[in-house]
Amino acid sequence: MGLNRNVSLKTALRYKGQGPFLTYILHRIGGMGMAIFITTHILATFLEGRGWKIGHIVNFVYVSPFFQAFFIFCVLFHAINGMRITILDLFPGLILHHRRAIMIEWILFIVLYGFAVVSIITTAIARLA
Amino acid sequence: MTQAKARTLSLSKRGMSFETFMWLFTRLTALGMYAFILVGVIGALVMGARNQMTFIEVLRWALVTNPGHVAYTNVADIAPWESVFWRLVASGMFLTASSHGMHGVIVILDDYLGGISQRKWIRILNLAAYFIIAPIGLYVIWTA
Repeated sequence: MGLNRNVSLKTALRYKGQGPFLTYILHRIGGMGMAIFITTHILATFLEGRGWKIGHIVNFVYVSPFFQAFFIFCVLFHAINGMRITILDLFPGLILHHRRAIMIEWILFIVLYGFAVVSIITTAIARLA
Repeated sequence: MTQAKARTLSLSKRGMSFETFMWLFTRLTALGMYAFILVGVIGALVMGARNQMTFIEVLRWALVTNPGHVAYTNVADIAPWESVFWRLVASGMFLTASSHGMHGVIVILDDYLGGISQRKWIRILNLAAYFIIAPIGLYVIWTA
């Protein structure tokens, strides 16, 4: 990682790169989302084990269906997009087909994420019953 | 229309700088995490998840195979899920994911923060956070 790059946040947000840029930015949002979630979840579980109420409150929010839907979005998108990046990077000859790879990625993501959201809702309803 | 051939450079010609090493590290840790998730899913199915857990519960277990992640499911006997093997898998997944994530957060913040001193501080703070969170995470996994 070099220290000489100089792209401001304003310039970065103005960049319009269409489909590939959307996956790029969602990959970063998903990664940051997971990093924040995992850090706070670990700290909350640790504090909950020590009898601190704040830990229980944080983990209670994390098991809510709305939060799970957001978190699974981060995980699945980051994992599927990461797999595409890894495959294209390790087999550079496939880079010519990167737009097709993005299309396949979206189909895979929509199917898996749709299934996951249905599962989150049905599991939440079953717990209420 | 003919497509141009992708230009590639072998690793020996490219050289192994710190940047190349971290680029490779990110890809290899990603592959490692896919392997851990696969082991978690297969293990869950072998231990009876098909009849006792929903899809989302299996996913949550597979991400980190911590026995606390099956606490709210219909699993009757939790004993097989809290074995040393699953705690080792959870520790491996956690350390792989956290080191991958720490590097990822540094890369993202590097792109959006301008000053050299800011970037150096981001690295120092991220490394410090990693060395504080990693032992706490392992403690949670082994005492859950």
